[in-house]
Amino acid sequence: MKNKLVVSVSPHLHNNESVSKIMWMVVLSLIPAGFAGVFIFGASALRVIVLGIVSALFAEVVLQVITKRKISVLDGSAFITGLLLAYNLPPNAPFWLPIIGSFFSIAIGKQIFGGLGQNIFNPALAGRVFLMASWPKYMTTFAVPLRAGIGLVKPIAYDAITSATPLTALREGKILEHISYLNLFLGKRGGCIGEVCILALLLGAAFLFIKGYISWHIPLTYILTVGAFTYIFGPHGLLSGDWLFHILSGGLILGAFFMATDYVTSPLTRKGQLVFGIGCGIINAVIRLWGGYPEGVSYAILMMNAATPIIDRYTKNRIYGIKV
Amino acid sequence: MVKLEEHKHTTENRKIEELPLPSKVYIPLSQHLGKISTPIAQIGDRVLAGQKIAVSSAGVSSNIHASISGKIVAIEDWPHQVLGKAQAIVIESDGLDEKLVTNNQKQEEIDKLTPEQIRNIVFEAGIVGLGGASFPTHIKLNPPKPVDTLIINGAECEPYLTCDHRLMVEKTNEILRGIDLVARCLGVKKVYIAIEDNKPEAIEVFNHEIRDTRYEIRVLKSQYPQGGEKQLIKNIIGKEVPSGKLPFDVGVVAHNVGTIYAIYEAVYLNKPLYERVVTVTGSCVSNPKNLLVRIGTPIRELINFCAPLKQEPAKIIIGGPMMGIAQYTDDVPVIKSTTGVILFNDKEAKSKREESCIRCAACVHGCPVGLMPCLINGLCEKEMWLEAKAYNILDCIECGLCNYVCPANRNLTQSIKRAKLEVVK
Repeated sequence: MKNKLVVSVSPHLHNNESVSKIMWMVVLSLIPAGFAGVFIFGASALRVIVLGIVSALFAEVVLQVITKRKISVLDGSAFITGLLLAYNLPPNAPFWLPIIGSFFSIAIGKQIFGGLGQNIFNPALAGRVFLMASWPKYMTTFAVPLRAGIGLVKPIAYDAITSATPLTALREGKILEHISYLNLFLGKRGGCIGEVCILALLLGAAFLFIKGYISWHIPLTYILTVGAFTYIFGPHGLLSGDWLFHILSGGLILGAFFMATDYVTSPLTRKGQLVFGIGCGIINAVIRLWGGYPEGVSYAILMMNAATPIIDRYTKNRIYGIKV
Repeated sequence: MVKLEEHKHTTENRKIEELPLPSKVYIPLSQHLGKISTPIAQIGDRVLAGQKIAVSSAGVSSNIHASISGKIVAIEDWPHQVLGKAQAIVIESDGLDEKLVTNNQKQEEIDKLTPEQIRNIVFEAGIVGLGGASFPTHIKLNPPKPVDTLIINGAECEPYLTCDHRLMVEKTNEILRGIDLVARCLGVKKVYIAIEDNKPEAIEVFNHEIRDTRYEIRVLKSQYPQGGEKQLIKNIIGKEVPSGKLPFDVGVVAHNVGTIYAIYEAVYLNKPLYERVVTVTGSCVSNPKNLLVRIGTPIRELINFCAPLKQEPAKIIIGGPMMGIAQYTDDVPVIKSTTGVILFNDKEAKSKREESCIRCAACVHGCPVGLMPCLINGLCEKEMWLEAKAYNILDCIECGLCNYVCPANRNLTQSIKRAKLEVVK
């Protein structure tokens, strides 16, 4: 018999999950939306994505060195932050926009709170909102999709012609006859890189759902609440809203499945997650219908992020043997 | 609850084998929950297998019997699987294996036994809960309130272990007779035999053998911790044991199948509890077995009997892998609560580094009690014990599931155990 036996506390078994495995799985699930974005908007979108990721990774290393924390740049979390930030930028964003955004996301959104798991706000959204507040012009100028559906359209220089997103057009009272639900679903519209192709996003979300990394509680309640609100409070009186348009446009699907479900910044219990999802939905719908922005996904999620500790406090699970 | 990898296939079809008589046994005076027993034999005494060598102290305690015949050569501190080290009576075998008494009792005589007499036999035989908790059984046969339901726990939800399964398959009738005794003793109206669905053979034999209409088999999904007493009660009768209370408060008593078999042997064969079935398994063992082992046998002998080893074990666990205890030496003897000996290789023994909690809530969704282990863990790290108490840590059943599912490998179970101790202080 060996002289030394390992003595450790129980349990002695562990499932095969790890933090970095979960993170890279999320990255994997986001790849279809990225492909779609690059396909739709061209190489400029790819440039934004790469810059977002690389600068997020770089910022992570720099800050971990400065704060003398363990370097954990390969755990995938900074990669996701950079990727999600880039997905939330216009494809024609200038090169410095994703760089500054990623640095803000990692530094102010994450590391300042103590690193992975400690942050209150979703880092990618914190970065996006910072950019929105600082350079609204660049954040709301969208390139026209290069490709219409399957057929290849003649490439246009990305800064030559810009178009409004469907939601902006709606807000400005323009008629949207030319945008069909199918085009919204496939991503043939103006918008941020990662949010336009609903089909690709749903593919990724289905993957996460099947793997058990996300549950339906937040995304479904979020989306249904937005749908219900926009239907009830329609432009031509009660129950006249185009709810499907609202669900398919803007960043709702990207936000509901990939950002509202961020573990760190959303509630722990299923009950809490339902509250969180409904809360996101209400805030989002209110912003879209009566607020100053056409979109509202980022603000809705960030506001509910702030409410997460208090939701956790009031939505504990019932304890076995204790009647409520 | 969560489905675990079972690892039971290597031993579930292996018949119980008797381990050859050990040359020496080390019988600890503490083998049960409660006060340690008082030795009544002295160094130099010759004892027979089944002879009482230590008596129950007042209160919650139990008798202890010699497991082989031979001479007491020492009463000394010896490695103990739970306590690290504890006093043990050392008996050197004379190789004769003389037994004190093994008169079979006639069925008519047994039918005449009063509940009081049955309890006394169980008490004298030193029977404790053999599922792992080792609470003295005679106390559970005398609940302070009347109960109407008896649950026989054959769930065996811990991975690797198959000792209860084999007993159910090989000793079905004996267990049923044991159940008769306990049911009579408690005066219950209903008996449930709870078996997880990963033991179809056991379910089949019981279905075939049961005659009594008060008895019902409940097939449970194989999920962990299905066999936890409180979880079992909720799943079977739909009632929860109130926080801080015991099963009899909802009219239930639950016994492990191994305990029931020991009661059968005590009453029918006059045989005190001095041997039990132990599963010896794990990736290092090439011939895993279910062994009938005398109490006090060092686990080294069990391991040697299953030789040759595929490789040297890096970790030896007594009990199941979820709640069992890692041992520092193979000198530790088998005691009444030893359900299994599991040998892990280097890879399995390697402890994983703790990482930051990402609030994935796998522990929250998995907890069979409804706790929030990740939040409690955060409070414990700051030594905020009272705040942790407000998160109901005293209701934790220490099943280890939160730890098992945690992707950040945080020692959640351990921190809650620690906090419980701090709070009780």
